[in-house]
Amino acid sequence: MDGFNHTLAHKRRHLHQRARILQRIRAFFTNRDFLEVETPQRIPCNAPELHIDAVTCGDMVLHTSPELCMKRLLAAGYERIFQICHCWRAAERGSRHLPEFTMLEWYRRHSSYTTLMDDCQQLLIELADSRQLFWQGQPIDLTPPFERLTLKEAFVRYASLSLQHAMQQNCFEEVYTTEVEPNLGRTRPTFICDYPAAMAALARLQPDNPHLAERFELYIGGMELANAFGELCDATTQRQRFENEEQQRRASGKTPHPLPEPFLRELEHLSAAAGIALGIDRLVMLLCDSPSIDNVVAFTPEEL
Amino acid sequence: MYNCSDLKKGLKIIIDGEPHVIAAFDFSKPGKGQALYRCKLRNMITGALFDRTYRSGESFEPAALEERDMQYLYQDETGYVFMDSKNYEQISISEKTLGDDKYFLVDNMEVKVLMYNGMGIGVTLPNFVNLRVTHSEPWVKGDTAAGNNKPATVETGYTLQVPSFVDEGTLIQIDTRTGEYITRVKE
Repeated sequence: MDGFNHTLAHKRRHLHQRARILQRIRAFFTNRDFLEVETPQRIPCNAPELHIDAVTCGDMVLHTSPELCMKRLLAAGYERIFQICHCWRAAERGSRHLPEFTMLEWYRRHSSYTTLMDDCQQLLIELADSRQLFWQGQPIDLTPPFERLTLKEAFVRYASLSLQHAMQQNCFEEVYTTEVEPNLGRTRPTFICDYPAAMAALARLQPDNPHLAERFELYIGGMELANAFGELCDATTQRQRFENEEQQRRASGKTPHPLPEPFLRELEHLSAAAGIALGIDRLVMLLCDSPSIDNVVAFTPEEL
Repeated sequence: MYNCSDLKKGLKIIIDGEPHVIAAFDFSKPGKGQALYRCKLRNMITGALFDRTYRSGESFEPAALEERDMQYLYQDETGYVFMDSKNYEQISISEKTLGDDKYFLVDNMEVKVLMYNGMGIGVTLPNFVNLRVTHSEPWVKGDTAAGNNKPATVETGYTLQVPSFVDEGTLIQIDTRTGEYITRVKE
């Protein structure tokens, strides 16, 4: 039987589970009165980020996240929206990364970003069908509330140096990925919160502490699963951040991109909102107890 | 030159002037942060294994390695001596560099020697080798704890598990990739 694709055939169980997970995510949000939306995947530009590169597609780019169009929908008055779509990020490939991956994003107008933590807790418990999950031999207790740890505390607990020193010595990523991340969400899911303002991206700063951003990330089993913002709704500040990021991109020799003008224009009409992006492939890895992202998608780029 | 996106398991690159092979590789990227390329590297000369993390923007020199057909001659104080089958040039490879492969070398065996800068840094052995058992305790009937296998030592000093019916003096075939017993050889 030459030519028979055994690798693909062996993925049957995971692909069935994946399909079921997607159906249940849709039901979860639809039952909570969220509107499922679709936005174009080929767009003129993404929100500029120094460390995220888009894939070019003709005279446009493929979106790295649907965030800009999602926030335009919010600004136009849509209250609760979600989207499940493919996103593309150039040259990201590893055991937890695919250059083309599936993202779930959901947004709530007039909500605090802590409401998204409640959403995460309920979604996880619903999808796991129990209060416990087994990930690579480790039981993970899903009983809410999940653990909350500030980024600073996480460094104190797990790293050989402080967050401040790691940032000053330009080794934040190295220390974080090797010393901190593997310990996060080991026995119960962990929300990492209180990111420094310098790591705010599209998040607004905390009203009572402008050195910190309204941003959290969800970790389960040492794996980053989701990133959430109390959305920045101030177009002037957002433009400054974009210009700053775009300038750094150009300085490091990356392809220049225009700024997303329609987004910046319409942002003024948004007063308060919270939004979150969750990697579906990693969620499926967790629920299928698969150590590699390769096992939970039908085809990896290398298999095409 | 290679850049970070070329890094993958099995790639051979020069680090600090010496050839290294990537034994394990993963890509990581904390949310919104820099991409990191985490490698487990093996020094192809010393065999030393260590971790190294790279950031995008770094570049790597490919390790120019060649394979030459050679014959194993003998062991002396310099190490294990091989002769190039074409030009009869002789080279020596140290015991440490050869690692466990030294146990599967028999006189006049044809091997492929991996060369770097005129230096032999490893061998590719035939998949199977025949070696004579020089020591093995007779199997004690009823010793079920050990199953049907028992330890045996072959002429090169290598010790492995063999079936209970293999006696001292028997010529056996060993898989050099796994180091495991395959079968008895009829003489």
